[in-house]
Amino acid sequence: MKRRLRPGLAAIIMFACILGNRALEADPVLHVLVQLPMLGLCGALLAPRREWRWAQGGFAPLLAALFGIAFWMLPRSIDGAVSFPVMTLAKFLSVPLIGALLVIGWRQAHALLRGFLKAQAISMAGFMAFLFTHSPVRLCNNYLIDDQWRLGHGFLFLAIGLAMAWTIPLLTNARPRPSPRTRAKPITPVQSGVSA
Amino acid sequence: MQALLASLLVVAAGGGLLWQATDGGQALTAESARRLAVQRAPQPVSPFALETMSGASATIPDARGKVALVEFIYTTCPTLCQSAGADMFRLGNRVREAGLADRVTLMSVSFDPEFDTVERMKSYGERHDADGALWTIARPRPDVLPQILSDFGVIAIPDRMGGYTHNVAVHVVTADGRLAAIHDTGDFEGIIAAARQALR
Repeated sequence: MKRRLRPGLAAIIMFACILGNRALEADPVLHVLVQLPMLGLCGALLAPRREWRWAQGGFAPLLAALFGIAFWMLPRSIDGAVSFPVMTLAKFLSVPLIGALLVIGWRQAHALLRGFLKAQAISMAGFMAFLFTHSPVRLCNNYLIDDQWRLGHGFLFLAIGLAMAWTIPLLTNARPRPSPRTRAKPITPVQSGVSA
Repeated sequence: MQALLASLLVVAAGGGLLWQATDGGQALTAESARRLAVQRAPQPVSPFALETMSGASATIPDARGKVALVEFIYTTCPTLCQSAGADMFRLGNRVREAGLADRVTLMSVSFDPEFDTVERMKSYGERHDADGALWTIARPRPDVLPQILSDFGVIAIPDRMGGYTHNVAVHVVTADGRLAAIHDTGDFEGIIAAARQALR
């Protein structure tokens, strides 16, 4: 996408999230699995393309993003965003920042770190799915137990979706080891490096 | 080096944030947070008037200087309030056994006062053997209800079946109007202990 279109798109998404806040907050699936990712996307679109020394290797921005995500995974924070205006404001300010930090960190992260984070994301979504479908008590005072159960299934689909999105390309891209017959042919460094 | 320092700083700040956000890992949900908050420091609630199931008036905090054990209900509740009603009956018995009957009052407050008329409260009370003396059912004026729910941290949401889903608990209110403890309706030991504490 053209870079100059990004601020406009981010503004549209942010506007939609603010205008639709009441409707989105009314349903935990829309709140947690639609609005929060959209707000994150806002920040991701606006992330400056720069390499800071403090962000080298992507560790500091990614860690900051992870702590932010952990905060917004607490049922208490989600409940607070519905109950208290100050927490709503915190949501609109912090989640785009988390999105921007993720992008800044991701750009500089080593492939191994990226793979580790992908695995973490899948397992965390799976954990949330288990938590919300199996908790005997309501975890949010603002949501019904049925809604909590639906959110759990949303997380389950997210976990499955992420796992497929991240593993299927590996299966199709995987190049077979060169057979003895073709071994004599020169192999470009890219090809030999990927399968390792 | 800069990156390492930045990472360490982030870990310290992030850890501090999560520590704060969960009251030191003790409260991951809003419900446990509200219980922990009053346990640490009793919180003032604005006084309000009530109409009881016998048509009499009452107040919270109790004007006679008693400790009030308050739960929030609506009389047509098919599930939770009915079991909470049974718990309130048993709690009343425990209060008598503990010899606190003249210093404690039990109050089931309706958060649906427009629908819960005196007749409906009365029939709910009869269904659960509320004696009207130690334990009564009562409703506030609709216009003060939002303030009451906000003071107590009670959230009632429509359950799409014509009723409500709400956080159910017994709230211990001292005679000088402080919310001193919040316990599960079946946690009789905890409630009695909190009532004794509030009487000191």
